[in-house]
Amino acid sequence: MSRKLSHTQRVNRWGYIFLIPFLLAFVIFQLIPLISTIYNSFFENYMSGLTHIGPTFVGLENYKKLLSGGELLQYTKNTMIMWILGFVPQILISLLLAAWFTDPSLRLKGQRFFKTVIYLPNLIMASAFAMLFFTLFSNVGPVNSILVSTGILRHHFEFMSHVGSVRGLVALMNFLMWFGNTTILLMAGMMGIDTSLFEAAEVDGATAGQIFRKITLPLLKPIFVYVLITSLIGGLQMFDVPQILTNGTGDPMRSSMTLIMWLNKHLYNRNYGLAGALSVLLLIITGILSLIVFKATAAEEVD
Amino acid sequence: MKRQVKNIISAALIAAMVIPMSACSSKDASKPKDTGDSGKATKTETEAEGKVLNIQCWNEEFKSRVTDHYPGYEKTGDNSGKIGDVTVNWIITPTKDNAYQNNLDKILPENANASADDKVDIFLMEADYALKYVNSDTTMALKDIGISDDDLADQFDYTKDIVKDSNGAIKGASWQACSAGMIYNREAAKAVLGTDDPAKVQEAVSDWDKFNETAAKAKEKGYKITSTVNDTYRVYSNNVSAPWVTDNKVVVDANIKKWVDDSKKLVDAGETTTADLWSDDWSKGFFPEGKVFCYFGPAWLINFSMHADEDGSIANHGGWGYCNGPQSFYWGGTWIAAATGTDNPTLVKDIILKMTTDQTVLKDIATKDSDCVNSKTVLSDLANDSKFGNKILGGQNPYKELEAGAEKVDMSNISNYDQGCNEEFQAAMKNYFDGNASYEDALSQFNTAIVEKYPDLTTD
Repeated sequence: MSRKLSHTQRVNRWGYIFLIPFLLAFVIFQLIPLISTIYNSFFENYMSGLTHIGPTFVGLENYKKLLSGGELLQYTKNTMIMWILGFVPQILISLLLAAWFTDPSLRLKGQRFFKTVIYLPNLIMASAFAMLFFTLFSNVGPVNSILVSTGILRHHFEFMSHVGSVRGLVALMNFLMWFGNTTILLMAGMMGIDTSLFEAAEVDGATAGQIFRKITLPLLKPIFVYVLITSLIGGLQMFDVPQILTNGTGDPMRSSMTLIMWLNKHLYNRNYGLAGALSVLLLIITGILSLIVFKATAAEEVD
Repeated sequence: MKRQVKNIISAALIAAMVIPMSACSSKDASKPKDTGDSGKATKTETEAEGKVLNIQCWNEEFKSRVTDHYPGYEKTGDNSGKIGDVTVNWIITPTKDNAYQNNLDKILPENANASADDKVDIFLMEADYALKYVNSDTTMALKDIGISDDDLADQFDYTKDIVKDSNGAIKGASWQACSAGMIYNREAAKAVLGTDDPAKVQEAVSDWDKFNETAAKAKEKGYKITSTVNDTYRVYSNNVSAPWVTDNKVVVDANIKKWVDDSKKLVDAGETTTADLWSDDWSKGFFPEGKVFCYFGPAWLINFSMHADEDGSIANHGGWGYCNGPQSFYWGGTWIAAATGTDNPTLVKDIILKMTTDQTVLKDIATKDSDCVNSKTVLSDLANDSKFGNKILGGQNPYKELEAGAEKVDMSNISNYDQGCNEEFQAAMKNYFDGNASYEDALSQFNTAIVEKYPDLTTD
């Protein structure tokens, strides 16, 4: 062993230096808030009008309060339903589009243009998008006018007063906003697959469908898992779209109230205790779900 | 091959990191800029009475009233002015998403310790949440800045009840008396009742039973009685027999329950809808095609909200009429309050006195801005002056009804929690009216929402 650092070690040092910005940002914006959230969740601490109540240490009281009511379960269910409703069509359409875009034999024209166009909805602010849909689907909005004037419906349909239509609209918006993003991620995954595999399969006489099922899909798995987990986490944090669409009520009967909307309700009176406890529970739920997805999809991965 | 995948993932991760960071930094960047601006404007030396008067408000209304009517006010910029050698700063925070109150909640408790030029001297309140500030030390009793109850004798009692703290001290004053009534579509009244004479129409809606009978008749002629159930909510809720909250317990008053029962019947019969106030669905009745029999509201609704300057609206051709309706109520109004810790008590006193009790100023406001002003004398004068026919009401002079209504409004049954209770109750009951829940389920959703908002309250 020489006293001087070896070449590799010297180069490796730069790795740590490059990590510093991330680490700083992580500690300041993620780790410290995370710890203070957990800390806060053990206290009763809120405002009643202008009077500050607490902070008093109450142990696990906040958690008990959250877990004893049926709300947590209901809002988790709402969130998951709306996420799945949006995610299933999203992943199907994205797979199809990504397969078309990356298939050299199709020689699609205007690829760049369409790639941009499908990504565009993601650039609009979610709240603006939700506001737009709120106006479009209001009782006197254009969608109702068209449906009635073309004779499809006899009376206007109250989109905001039915469970199915509100959840459906939220899912539709999430689908529209995110399928472009997913398409681009899946495309990147597909382009990363060795083309010689496709060529070999073609030479062996495999059909396009077989190639897609037997080669593209299995090799796409890592990126697929990534898409699934990020979308799941994003889905659990669903907030702005249903919040704006239902004016924060989550109606009808809170059937479109998501977990974060519920969290937001507790922040009205700066109830840091309950909101903190809810955030911690959310972290645990997210962790468990991500783990399940990861285990289920990455089970037979070798490397 | 795999590298490409990794690149994409790392790019995505960087984006995930950087985007929230830049969002944070832009928020941070905008904050000091705001305070910097007001700081610049407030850099004057301090003396016994402050040289800077800071006024917290949520829109342009009070600013334009002071600009137009306060003697000696000189406009120097969009949000600044001068009274003598005192600089006046208007700090406007919109009410949307509770931002205005959040801002007050942050700065008022610290106001006494703020530096002289940053102290809030005057802030404005709305009735729905006034008690929250009135029942705290952040608001000064008017007596303590030298305004006696006698000075306010000509004001309507309800406007004083709203800002009375638990010891009976008045802590604010308003230049408006927003007593409200029923604004009916004259065309519809002729079709449904055979007359559009205010006295006759009033007879047909003089109590809720008659009102509901008229609703059935209106439906036969193709009119909805109101645009939405929320139109009548204030009328019922202003006439309760007990406050929303007593001893930290939320109780639904009999008259509010009556609103639920009456409204459910109207909705089921197709005589009204469940749209939100201020939505497009609500305001379509401002036009003849909307086929709405009446709205409930005060003078400002008539003058500013009914699309009077738009061709084809009912207001545009003077097609509305005004009567008191089934029960008296009020809607809106802005109260001026002195913030504890103000360093301009003399000026604050003068502004409150001039703007809310000086009859010349009030008459001016009534004439120029069409506010229904908070002075019994001025309103009687206007009621007897044939010049004050309202074009939107087809020349009818509504001041007599407005004054009578204002006398009758009784706001002694208010509580600190009214805003939250009223909002959540209407939101929860929409589910019942729409048929998505039973009354009990809707009520339990209301209870849940209330405890979320006010954890110190209990419900049944």
